[in-house]
Formats: sequence, C-alpha cells, structure tokens
Amino acid sequence: MNDMSQDSYVTEDGRTIGPTVMEMKNITLRFGGVKAITDISFDIREGEIRAIIGPNGAGKSSMLNVISGFYVPQEGEVWYKGKKRPPMKPYEVAQQGIARTFQNIALFEGMSVLDNVMTGRLRQMQSGLFAQAIWKGKAEREEVANREQVEKIIDFLEIQAIRKTPVGRLPYGLKKRVELARALAAEPSILLLDEPMAGMNVEEKEDMSRFILDMNDEFGTTIALIEHDMGVVMDLSDRVVVMDYGKKIGDGTPSEVRNNQAVIDAYLGVAHD
Amino acid sequence: MFYREAGDFKTNYADDNQTFPIKFDRYRYYFVLFVAFAVIPFLINDYWVNAIFLPFLIYSIAAIGLNILVGYCGQVSLGTGGFMAVGAYACYKLMTSFPEINIFIHVLLAGGVTAGVGVLFGLPSLRIKGFYLAVATLAAQFFLVWLFNRVPWFYNYSASGQISAPERTLFGLEVTGPNTTAWAPYLFCLVILTICAVIARNLTRGMQGRKWMAIRDMDIAAEIIGVNPLKAKLSAFAVSSFFIGVAGALFFSVYLGAVEVGEAFGINQSFLVLFMIIIGGLGSIFGSFAGAAFLVLMPVLLKNVLVGGLGWPTDTAAHFEFLIVGALIVTFLIAEPHGLAQLWRVAKEKLRLWPFPH
Repeated sequence: MNDMSQDSYVTEDGRTIGPTVMEMKNITLRFGGVKAITDISFDIREGEIRAIIGPNGAGKSSMLNVISGFYVPQEGEVWYKGKKRPPMKPYEVAQQGIARTFQNIALFEGMSVLDNVMTGRLRQMQSGLFAQAIWKGKAEREEVANREQVEKIIDFLEIQAIRKTPVGRLPYGLKKRVELARALAAEPSILLLDEPMAGMNVEEKEDMSRFILDMNDEFGTTIALIEHDMGVVMDLSDRVVVMDYGKKIGDGTPSEVRNNQAVIDAYLGVAHD
Repeated sequence: MFYREAGDFKTNYADDNQTFPIKFDRYRYYFVLFVAFAVIPFLINDYWVNAIFLPFLIYSIAAIGLNILVGYCGQVSLGTGGFMAVGAYACYKLMTSFPEINIFIHVLLAGGVTAGVGVLFGLPSLRIKGFYLAVATLAAQFFLVWLFNRVPWFYNYSASGQISAPERTLFGLEVTGPNTTAWAPYLFCLVILTICAVIARNLTRGMQGRKWMAIRDMDIAAEIIGVNPLKAKLSAFAVSSFFIGVAGALFFSVYLGAVEVGEAFGINQSFLVLFMIIIGGLGSIFGSFAGAAFLVLMPVLLKNVLVGGLGWPTDTAAHFEFLIVGALIVTFLIAEPHGLAQLWRVAKEKLRLWPFPH
C-alpha cells in the first residue's frame, strides 16, 4: 500500500483511494543554521485522509507551510498533479486548488460568516472590476450561483443560524468551523488542516471529526491534517506520516505506525542503558 | 414597528443580497433620492448651493473614495489633497485643450488620470503598512502640490499661477463658470455622486470588496485563500483615487471655479477628508455621507446659530466654531469610536426590536 503506485484501491470501509495527487520529494528546509525539515518524502493520494504527526517542534507545521507556499524549501521538489511545482507565492498555490486552515484561527474578523465563506469562492468568481461595478448581469449571476454553493457548505457544517453574524462575535469552536467552511468553499483538490481540534473539548472534537469524515466521504475531499490527539488521528486517517526532529521516522497505516518501534521511542522516550 | 424584517421573506439570493434588505429602509432610500432629485432643485438658491450642497456632495464623493482605501482595504492615506489636485488639474487641462467635449466626460477622464497616479503612489503599500504607509502617501501630497505649483504647463502659463474653470454647458445649461443657475451645478454633482455611491456599493458588496476587506482584516490569511495582494491593494488605490479625482475635478470646476493649488488642495484637505471618514465610520458608505455632512454642515449651522441667532460678532463666532466642532468630534468619538455609521447601526438594531425589549 505504501508504494507510489498510480492505481486506485478500495479501503476496508468501502471508499476509493485514487492515485497520488501530491508528492514531496526529499524536502529539506533550513532557517539559517537550523534544519526544520531534513530530507522528507511522502505522498498524498486522491480521496484519502493523510495525517502528519509528531512531537512538538518536529516540523509538521513547516511541512504544511512548504505545501501551501509560505516557505520555499532549499532542497527537494514538490510534485502536484503529476507536474513539478515551481516556487510559488501562497496565493498562486491557493489558486491551484490547495486550501488550508490555521492552527490559530485566521478569519476576517470584520466580515460576516457568509462573507468569510464567500471569500473562499475566490477561485470560482472571476468577473472583472467593471462587471462588478455595474453589478446587474454577470456579477450578480455569479454571486448568486456561488452563494448557492456556499449555502450548501453552510448547511453541511451546521452554521446556518450565524451566517450573518460578524465573525468577531463568535466563540472559538464556531470560528474553527467557519474557517473550515471557508477552506471547503474553495472546492480544494487538497485541504490542509493545521490542528483542527486544538483547544476543543471532547464534544467539539467529535463534531469536528464527524465533519472531516463526512467531508471526505460526501465531497471526496483529499485531506492532509496535523493533529496531536492520537486517538483522533488513528481513527480518522488512512495513512500517517510520523516526524521527529525534522526527520521522517514512520509512514503507513495507523496500525503499522502504532507498532513502529521508532515511533514508540519518539513518543515514549528510550531507556538509556 | 415598521422597521423589521419579520414577514419580509426573501425567496432568492439576489433579494437577500440587496443593499437595503429591510422594506422600510428601501422606501426611506427611495424617498431621499426623490427629495434630492425632484424637490431640492426647486427650493435652493445660490447661498444654499454654495455653502451647503456643493461642498457636501463633493466631499461625499471624496470621502467614499478614501473610505474604499482606508476603511475597506485598510491602507492609510494622507494624500487625498494631492489626488484631488490631480483631478482638478487634469480636468483643467482637458477642459482647455478639448473645449468641445462634454464636461461630464472630462470629469470622468480626470478621475481616470487620478486613478493612474494613485496606483503609482500606491506601489509602496506592497512593502509598508500602517503609519509608515501614511508617511509615504504624505510624500505624494507634498510632491503633487509642489509639482502643480512649479511646472507652468499645468496652469497653462497663467501669470497668477491659478487655474480657473472656463464656462461649460451640459444640455444647454451652464454648470461651470460665474453665470450658473443654482440648481444646474447641484444636479450635475448629485448625478455624479449617485453614480459613484452605487458603484462603490456594488464593488464593496461583491467579491472585490471581500478581497479588500480580507486584506484589511488579515493579509496573510487573504493570501492563503488566493487573494493576490498586489492586485487587491493597487485596485483599491485605483478605485479610491478615481473617486477622489472626480471629487477634485468637481471641487475645482463646479464649486470653486478658480483654484490656487496650495490653498485648495493642501494637507488640510487630506486631513479633512480623513476626519470625515473616521467620524462617519470606516468601512461604510453611509458613514462617508454622514462624515461629510457632519464636517460640512456643522460649521455652517454653528455660524448661523451664533451670528444669526445669538448676535455674536463674526470673528468671535468663527473662533468658537472651531472649539465647538472640535469638542463635538471628541465627544462623538468617545461615545462611539466606530463613527456615526456605527451609531446608526446600533439605532437600527434597537429599532428592529422596538417596542419590545427582546
């Protein structure tokens, strides 16, 4: 299962996992003398939930930042949809269909929930400045068509009641959900979630897990997520990459990773004798 | 009682997206438009036009322009006076070079020229933010005023260094020059203001507005969801400068008639328009109107009350005007730091429930 094959396969629970959509090849990222990521390779396949785990400071968020274009790695290549990706600005990466959420929420506080989620439709709304100034006609049609899509996502994430509320007034758990809605509204090829359950209680975590699974199931969204809650990761993901001190120490299905000695050592420590 | 959305069902998204979703609001808006277009022109005289309506209309255009840049896109600008000067001088050069062309087109072209200049001076916004950007735009203010003072080509080598608007007509009516009838320039400015306000509203409620607000609220998050910061910021500078240029062109050609650049478009002008949008409310079209009305009408009102009502000497009244307007600004901002628009919003919020407490 861990080979780089281009074939699809069907998981135990009946979902089809497609060919590789993104591949990281020997990525190395340095900040001055500090090596944040050392020679890491892994792939993300279409339709799967791919987790990246590791202790604090392992380089997980840096890895997501490489994927979303914030950091340009000194060595290594990013392959996306069968093509090598040149160094890109974050907004260009977004326009290619890679959406993400942040560890600490990055919403537009002054705008309503609806406007926040509509902003996610940027890629789909291309009418020009003049069409928008006139509004009637192309711009309005486009707005309404995209609003319909956005309403589906609002329904899906159960945030109908707050759609006109300014985001600044919402509690933390709902903000996380709105951020997810915004990312989902972009209809991304890959959705990157940076600690979607940080700071949540058990119930909220259950809700969020349900949304992630449903998203993957209903829309077939490919998801790469970073999470600290091991129970959640092992339950949700199809495959897991384990990082420690910027190196990859394990990669495979949750059960494979759970029995990997290097992973156990990284998490539980090694006896020095 | 009248002001609520209960029973006012929206059955499609276009209705839900409209500017005034509440029926009462919509009728009030039509009523204001009706009064402005069909009633006021018959009632006004020269004093009302020159003291109140023209400055209010023209400053409203400038305030809407600056609000797009500062309030919606979050880029602070102190160059408004300079950009208004660009609009005025562009209009002057166009009026004198192509006298046969319609003044309406000249005003729009002047806006276009200003948009170009605005984009040029907006380039630093890609690297610098906040106060530092304010200083960079301040440079634009001083440079532009200096340029129009020093290069005689701009004022057609006139001996005084002033520019003065030649007489121009629209549909056979004089809108510029000394021999206008009161309502012609009023209607001219009103039409342009209405167009500008509708355009501004359309831009800010659609995707373009969301891009600007995204940059304002969190530029990194905006970039991560695909907003090109270069395009978003420069388009805000362009649109904003267009409106400010139009305002400058009208300020010169219709309102003042003759202009000396340092006096009419100095740094004071930049601050005045900035105060308008801060007092009116950043990020609100209504706030632009409210702020312009406040700063244009309040001094006139005070003057009438103090000199006309209380019989004070003119110079004492003039001094007290400053004091009172200043005190009012401070009071308003303490009462509601987000401006008159926010006060209005809170009032509407209360009205929706009135007379019930919840």
